[in-house]
Amino acid sequence: MMRLPSFRFHRPQNLAEAARLLAASPQTTRLVAGGTDLWPNLKRRHQQAEDVVSLALVRELHGVERRADGSFAIGAMTTLSAVAADRPLAAEHPALSRAVRSISSPVLQNMGTLGGNLCLDTRCTYYNQNEEWRRSIGYCKKEVGETCWVAPGSPRCWAISASDSAPMLCALGASVRLVSASGERTIPLTALYQDDGIAYLTKRPDEILTQVFVPAAADRHSAFWKLRRRGSIDFGVLSVAGTIALDAQRRVRSAQLFLGCVASFPTPCTEAMESLQGQIFDEEHITRAAVLARKAASPLSNTDFLPQWRSKMVEPYTEAVLREIAGLPQQRLAPAHAF
Amino acid sequence: MSSPVPPGTSVATLRVNGEERTVAFPTHHTLLEVLREELGLTGTKHGCELGECGTCTVLVDGKPVLSCLVLAVEAEGHAVETVEGLQQGNQLHPLQSAFADLGAAQCGYCTPGILMASKALLAENPAASREQIAVALSGNLCRCTGYQKILEAVEWAGRTLCGENAPPARECSFGAPLPEEVQRG
Amino acid sequence: MAERSEKQDGAAAKPEAAREIAVARNIVGTPYRRVDGRAKVTGQTRFADDLSFPRMVHMRLVRSIVPHARIVSIDTSKAAAMPGVLAFLVGKDMPNTFGILPVSQDEHALCIDKVRFVGDPVVAIAALTDDQAYEASLAVRVEYESLETIATVEEAIATSEPRIHDYSDEGNIHKKVSMQFGELEEGFAEADEIFEDVLLFEGNTHLPMEQHATVAVPEDDGRITVWSSTQTPHYLHRSLAKVLELPASRIRVIACPNGGGFGGKSDPFNHEIAAAKMALRLGRPVKICLTREEVFYCHRGRHPVLMKLRTGFKRDGRMTAQHLQTALDGGAYGSYGVASTYYTGALQTVTYELPRYRFDSVRCFTNKPPCGPKRGHGTPQPRFGLEVHLDKVAVKLGIDPADIRLNNLVQPNTITANWLKVGSIGLKKCIEAVVAGSGWRERRGKLPHGRGLGLACGSYLSGAGLPIYWNHMPQSGVQLKLDRSGCVAAFCGQTEIGQGSDSVLAGIVAEVLGIELLDIRLCVADTDLTPVDLGSYSSRVTLMMGNAALQAAQRARELVARAVSEQLKVPQDRLVFAERRVFDSEDPSKGLSWPEACVCAESRFGTLGTTGSYIPPRSPGRYRGAGVGPSPAYSYSATVVEVEVDPETGLYRVEHVWMAHDVGKAINPVLVMGQIEGSVYMGLGEALMEEQVFRRLPKNRSNALVHKHPSMLEYKSPTFLEMPKVTSYIIEDPDPNGPFGAKEVGQGPLLPMMPAIANAIFDAVGVRVDQIPVHPHLVAKALEEKARGKEPRVGPRAFPSIDFGTPLRVPTPAEGGDGQAVNQDEAKVRTGTGTMTEREEALRGTKR
Ligand SMILES: Cc1cc2nc3c(=O)[nH]c(=O)nc-3n(C[C@H](O)[C@H](O)[C@H](O)COP(=O)(O)OP(=O)(O)OC[C@H]3O[C@@H](n4cnc5c(N)ncnc54)[C@H](O)[C@@H]3O)c2cc1C
Ligand code: SF4
Ligand code: FES
Ligand code: FES
Repeated sequence: MMRLPSFRFHRPQNLAEAARLLAASPQTTRLVAGGTDLWPNLKRRHQQAEDVVSLALVRELHGVERRADGSFAIGAMTTLSAVAADRPLAAEHPALSRAVRSISSPVLQNMGTLGGNLCLDTRCTYYNQNEEWRRSIGYCKKEVGETCWVAPGSPRCWAISASDSAPMLCALGASVRLVSASGERTIPLTALYQDDGIAYLTKRPDEILTQVFVPAAADRHSAFWKLRRRGSIDFGVLSVAGTIALDAQRRVRSAQLFLGCVASFPTPCTEAMESLQGQIFDEEHITRAAVLARKAASPLSNTDFLPQWRSKMVEPYTEAVLREIAGLPQQRLAPAHAF
Repeated sequence: MSSPVPPGTSVATLRVNGEERTVAFPTHHTLLEVLREELGLTGTKHGCELGECGTCTVLVDGKPVLSCLVLAVEAEGHAVETVEGLQQGNQLHPLQSAFADLGAAQCGYCTPGILMASKALLAENPAASREQIAVALSGNLCRCTGYQKILEAVEWAGRTLCGENAPPARECSFGAPLPEEVQRG
Repeated sequence: MAERSEKQDGAAAKPEAAREIAVARNIVGTPYRRVDGRAKVTGQTRFADDLSFPRMVHMRLVRSIVPHARIVSIDTSKAAAMPGVLAFLVGKDMPNTFGILPVSQDEHALCIDKVRFVGDPVVAIAALTDDQAYEASLAVRVEYESLETIATVEEAIATSEPRIHDYSDEGNIHKKVSMQFGELEEGFAEADEIFEDVLLFEGNTHLPMEQHATVAVPEDDGRITVWSSTQTPHYLHRSLAKVLELPASRIRVIACPNGGGFGGKSDPFNHEIAAAKMALRLGRPVKICLTREEVFYCHRGRHPVLMKLRTGFKRDGRMTAQHLQTALDGGAYGSYGVASTYYTGALQTVTYELPRYRFDSVRCFTNKPPCGPKRGHGTPQPRFGLEVHLDKVAVKLGIDPADIRLNNLVQPNTITANWLKVGSIGLKKCIEAVVAGSGWRERRGKLPHGRGLGLACGSYLSGAGLPIYWNHMPQSGVQLKLDRSGCVAAFCGQTEIGQGSDSVLAGIVAEVLGIELLDIRLCVADTDLTPVDLGSYSSRVTLMMGNAALQAAQRARELVARAVSEQLKVPQDRLVFAERRVFDSEDPSKGLSWPEACVCAESRFGTLGTTGSYIPPRSPGRYRGAGVGPSPAYSYSATVVEVEVDPETGLYRVEHVWMAHDVGKAINPVLVMGQIEGSVYMGLGEALMEEQVFRRLPKNRSNALVHKHPSMLEYKSPTFLEMPKVTSYIIEDPDPNGPFGAKEVGQGPLLPMMPAIANAIFDAVGVRVDQIPVHPHLVAKALEEKARGKEPRVGPRAFPSIDFGTPLRVPTPAEGGDGQAVNQDEAKVRTGTGTMTEREEALRGTKR
């Protein structure tokens, strides 16, 4: 039986108290939401905590709210199931529901939260292993080791951003509210992340992510595709999230394309997005954008499948996402998914 | 409960299968550990303790969750259901009879978790389609059955809960009828 | 349904469909509820980790974190000072070796001076709680002096020093085998064409949902009871006696129902022995439950096998001769490996007629967890090779792949070139069923690009003909106790691992005595109380235990019949045993209820008890190695698989499986269905995604050689969503050696899955992936090769060059052989096979 180490456990009932508990010693305190990331990490001992602060009883963090401007405010503690099942939200942003329903399995979605998903630790097959296993490789850079075993010559950690809601919410232009004992700020979600496997969040350790704001869809259409070995349980090895707004002439007014699982942050496909801008949204431009999307990704060998193949798969998957948005028939075999 | 739960040990009153029990346990112990080790409810099994197999599935407030990733202290104040609570008196739940009759439990190790996830599904939708059942149970691995008998059993139990008396097709128990040309040959 | 089922809950509650048949025949042949069904759906079944005892403490193992090294020192001082810690064990506390096979007693409960893979156990720690034992285990420090690491078969062949074990045939080659049946070259000369293929089957593991657990409980005056999740309590019993140096009569092993086994719990394991030792040392119950990672280190799973087939064919598709070479990556210990080695060649002859056959094989030691028997033990790899090879040949010769098989079928009651005796064979019917069911003739090769059908067959043993250690005793025994209550207690050493063996035992006894399942009380898998059954491996239980049960029950029936016949004055042969009564067939109203009949017999004979035993028939093979392959009966299966492949990405999905299995006679059809579907599932997993593979870090920076992903998440096992529709056909070609004609079903239907999927992918997109698993990226690679005009194939190119010397030469039955080798001694000496001592003896023999 894998067992948790012992820690002091706190269950604050409001946000202020949670922020205060966290501020006491942010380096050795961890927040827990659904625990589906934190508990395995503590059991395997690649994360440590002297204090754990549970947000379970903090009421104001739960629930989805539609605001007057048509945007949504989603509490960080809203479970993934609740996010996916929220009718107004699903009607407005079906691709977000899809992304959320692609997270692990339906049972896990009853536990995992949206906030936890956005703050999910980066992953790597040299890191998400038991203590004894990691001892046998002498640990790696993300812990106390010297070397990154994925790219031994490299000065940085390449662990993967595996959150499925993150690329979708980035494409949708979401922002997040961060609250600490010393104040609060709201930043675009894209600004929460940086391409570093260790310091993958720009959030300070004493900040609590409280809300996710998702603008109304208006004339935008989105799609989300995820590649993974099995239709359930598994993390992705590639996800593609796209949001496109067209003008009356079917010209692309704005294009947002993000990849998940190919780098340490939700990866913007800058060239592909630019290539679509102002163009007719047709097969030709879709194909061109898909080719360019591949350039944004350089997956390494730290998850399932061969990185070369994962890289190759960016193209058909981006194409599938864009075709779905354009309402074109699919040419690809859609993987069996639990959504 | 706004003060920190004292470090080390917790005392909590858990409502499991409708029965309240007050137990003391290490605060860092999961619901899985407390069910099995403090309450003696060993019907709930475990296969990874990392959220990767579904074996430890129990219901909390009617929803299936992985008991290996829930702290027992956090279950206080919620209704926990385990496989031990499925039967009514000495009467098996329709899911249980269907699983037993069809051999949907082979080694039986994944069975408690799958029964609980199925119970939650059928409570919501007793007429769930085969695809819906497969999706709802997709986080529960079984190495023995190939899932067929489980699907048939959940469907059967669903029909029973809908008041139908419609056991699975003969094919489920005897195999497909041999194609005509083979019978002749 | 609830009420209906409830009324006879626990008894032979049958799905409605089965009703009529259930009445016509009491139990055998009807889909009755498993006797352990109710306990399994209520959470009552007690698996090993569910047990606890007063004063029980917990044990953890400290395992090696280096792949190959000498142990320099072990420092437990820091751990000893931690709260709750009670005791430690190290290697020298248990110096005797053990191992499943008498020829490879190469394991220590804890390593003494050397560790051989990451995961090899070094120290055992007991503490009051499991948390404490784990925390303490992290504080133990072991200092190692590294040795060169051997990671692959190629490295093992090339590196003779350092030797992982010094008893190997040579260097790091554990076992070398070479045998030739018949005049091979004549066979090749007769061929119109000769075909060659090199293929790879990657290793994979059992992944039972239950992690191994053991509880050892010391008892009165130096006895001990060991409860364990083991498939082979008898073999564990022997190993415990050997290592603990206790008379076997002081040790009681009870196998708990296994939460899945698949072969992964059929070796005696370190943790079982260490827990027993610890319990004896502390004088209190000790429990250990392995973590999932440790289960990957116990392994004993499918050997990675590289293989080469060279076969001569006539233009009409008949085989004239075959030369098969296999190389097995055995991991760090012997386990069942010597048997596995032979199994990669033994069953090559039982499906298609192969007049002349040569088989060469090596098993190498590498610094990885030991491989052993997994469902199909050693035979799925060459089966994959053979079935893909045949598919390719059929295409080249322009023959329908179904026909090339049908034209080559082994006939019933044949002795094969390698001296296996095949009795019943229902393979023709199996092939015809899946061909007709799938629309093979109309659809194969004609589906749209991307959609394809593949066909393959297989065969498996219904129990190995020989026990693991040489003896003349029964391989399975059943004892029955009857008394005035009417309850029949059946005692048998067999182990329920989910396959339904308890239900077969109860079903057969109830059938013969004409009583109900609820009249039977089982006592199983307890080495003190039950007669020996060798264990749940090699698909032996239904046939062997079934025969023993049949004999015991027939003897009981005879006793009861004699007593009743005397009392009722009805001739014995007119008595019928049915519906819990014993009555006169000519006047059914004249009879006794079953309990009355028991009273009658108990009054007449005193305390009632009968026994039954089973020893398989002797096989005709007399050559060295002939012990692997013989079985009282062979099961057969055929499958057609339909796939959908994306010709650009290589992603594919298995849409439908038609599987026909010749089980001889289905004792309980619904459980047979379960075994077929479960085998399809496991075969699907192996074909699609399962692999036990390893990672070596850059050599200039690290010595590490680690399991790539010892977790449930990263070792991929298919979910509900990958499982295709399965249409199963139960084919019944009764075998005279089986109880009621029954043969095995637990392993056979797995075998054809992997080749059928590979063949279907070829039919869909015209590329060959000659290795398992067939990852989508490999399909993509083959498609790329095809697009570039190259050979549309991925897979290994060559078999390593190994000197197999002179093979053991055994003339075939057709050549007038007598089952013996003509050059037994010469072969031993020239090829360097066998142990050192055997070679010396052989050398003396040749001189004499
Ligand atoms: C088997 C398995 C498969 C999985 N598959 C997927 C998958 O396919 N896709 C995917 O995206 N994820 C997957 N996950 C990861 C994880 O379950 C989800 O990301 C989940 O949403 C995490 O949410 P949580 O509430 O459980 O997080 P927690 O474990 O509670 O928290 C995760 C991290 O975020 C921090 N945190 C949580 N809430 C806040 C907050 N409000 N403010 C600041 N920090 C916070 C915690 O301190 C912790 O470091 C998988 C996990 C498992 C075990
Ligand atoms: S990418 Fe490198 S440093 Fe980061 S977790 Fe993996 S091995 Fe460690
Ligand atoms: S034990 Fe595997 S998910 Fe909980
Ligand atoms: S019945 Fe054995 S794992 Fe499901």
